[in-house]
Amino acid sequence: MAEKTMIEAVRDAMYEEMKRDDRIIVMGEDVGEGGVFRATEGLLKEFGPERCMDTPLAEAAIVGVAIGASLNGILPIAEIQFADFIHPAFDQIVSEAARLHYRSNGTWSCPITIRTPYGAGVHGGPYHSQSIEAFYAHVPGLKVICVATPYEAKGLLKSAIRDPNPVLFLEHKKAYRLMRQEVPDEDYTIPIGVAEVKREGTDLTLVTYGMMTHHSLKAAEAVQQEGGLSVEVIDLRSVSPWDKERVLESVKKTGKALIVYEDNITGGFGAEVAATIAQDAFEYLDGPVTRVASPDVPISPYSGVLEEYILPNPEKIAAAIKKLAAY
Amino acid sequence: MAVAKQALDTAGLSEQQLREMHYKMALGRSLSARQRVLQRMGKGPITYSGEGHEAAQVGTAYALRPGHDWVFPYYRDIAVALTLGLTPRDVLMSFFARRDDVNSGGRNMPSHFSHPQLRIVSEGAPVATQCPHAVGCALAAKLRGLDEVSVAYFGDGGTSPGDTHEAMNFAGVLKVPVIFVCEFNSYAISVPWRKQAAVENVAVRAQGYGFPGLTVDGNDVLAVYRAMKEAVERARAGAGATFLEAKTYRLVPHSSDDDDRRYRTREEVEDWSQRDPIGRFTRQLKELGVLDEVREKETAARVEAEVDDATNYPEAAAQPEAASALRHVFVEA
Repeated sequence: MAEKTMIEAVRDAMYEEMKRDDRIIVMGEDVGEGGVFRATEGLLKEFGPERCMDTPLAEAAIVGVAIGASLNGILPIAEIQFADFIHPAFDQIVSEAARLHYRSNGTWSCPITIRTPYGAGVHGGPYHSQSIEAFYAHVPGLKVICVATPYEAKGLLKSAIRDPNPVLFLEHKKAYRLMRQEVPDEDYTIPIGVAEVKREGTDLTLVTYGMMTHHSLKAAEAVQQEGGLSVEVIDLRSVSPWDKERVLESVKKTGKALIVYEDNITGGFGAEVAATIAQDAFEYLDGPVTRVASPDVPISPYSGVLEEYILPNPEKIAAAIKKLAAY
Repeated sequence: MAVAKQALDTAGLSEQQLREMHYKMALGRSLSARQRVLQRMGKGPITYSGEGHEAAQVGTAYALRPGHDWVFPYYRDIAVALTLGLTPRDVLMSFFARRDDVNSGGRNMPSHFSHPQLRIVSEGAPVATQCPHAVGCALAAKLRGLDEVSVAYFGDGGTSPGDTHEAMNFAGVLKVPVIFVCEFNSYAISVPWRKQAAVENVAVRAQGYGFPGLTVDGNDVLAVYRAMKEAVERARAGAGATFLEAKTYRLVPHSSDDDDRRYRTREEVEDWSQRDPIGRFTRQLKELGVLDEVREKETAARVEAEVDDATNYPEAAAQPEAASALRHVFVEA
């Protein structure tokens, strides 16, 4: 077992899977030279240009070509350089990858993985910062994973690659080198759709995912130190499918639910979590289901001052915890 | 007459093959027409027709190896599907949206062909999304060392979306065994070609993507076949992509919901009717002595019987079970 960053864990997952199964290829912009975040470093040397394939700069075709290859015995991992640039491929993902199996009555399937860095907090400006999970979590037939730790990145990426369905794998870019964590050398997978309780607690349930998991854990620790509040932090890890049962179980125990996400508040994935809690745990609630998210402005401005103002952080989350706990 | 016989290049096709192509063209025509009638009778909500495109469709599909090569069709490609082995029953089971419809089990609209064993890949409706799929499928064949060819079909409207351009660029760069077949009928529903693009022959675009583009008379099934055969041979030999533009005409409205009198003169339609690809091929085959009155009548009778059978068959076939609408969102374990 070695300590790894998340970007190393992502790379290890692809390397090990490509070693295991020669049907797997990686394709995208700049993947040959290692990619802008170095996720594919070394793959070209090990597997050659046919399995680590630089492509023209055209996102719709990167996904569309991956779809076509997946119909004929190849398991493509398509890299979109930044999630902000995935929008031209929306039609291919939504109309084609996610619908093919359903519209053909289960006779065709599309086993592709689309990896892309997402999220803000790195001074990426309005086009290297977006959270896109809500667009895609809305789409039946597509799985959507959000990771922000090394251990989970490796285990969930392996699951995504092995999944017979199209999977959108979102890697929070601020988390790429945020921390080192022990990651097993041996093969392991983490099931898609299973949340992880990252901190147990009794006063309040905090549901989150992605980078906000790190901020929420800091906030939970701070309020514990400060006033003895016991916050249960649940990392969804995937937003489609998402672990309703685990969330409802926790809310029924604590009676209070705070949902934290980085995306714009309106129509963000946390809205779905809030609606589910309101409907299915209403009788257990002892306070308003509450959301902490970014305001409805394009995420995010380049200036550090502006960006910090927009994004949720441990202080904002702690304040929301205290307010809800006091309700 | 003897001169005409010698001038006709049948590309090595046997008399039986020529007659089979003629039969597939007639079958496609008749099955499209039947669906239009059934729609008018209230038997189904919508139809799309391939009438007029039969030479472009049969001429290209006949150059492929069914079940070996991959086809990514669009909604007009009834005679492509029939040539590759989809049956008239398969087509009308889709029209009637029956449970055992091989195309989609009643999930997709009619004329959205699919048959996994025949490698006819399920169609979506966004125009030209299938173009990058054909390139990817061809890439897979190349990576796996298989001699399979992939074909993307689309109309002239389908040359405009970015997906087509991106797919052509990928095809050129990756040098994969893919063929782009444009069934050029001058209209994207009501929009005429001059409003779609500023070039007369869209096949010239292929040059900009680094592979050959050909424009052929899409109402001459033998000319289409010869061009396609060459493109298939190029692809199989590892020489990469070809763009094939077949100039043809849609003899009926875009769909059963369309009224083409709003945008096409009757004179124009009548003029193209005179150049009907089936009538033309019939005359050619008669000149060659491949077809005579007796055989022509036999073909017509066979087509009518098969279309009647296909019309009747779904009447007794089961509807989908309502709750099955929830299935197959994801691959079931």
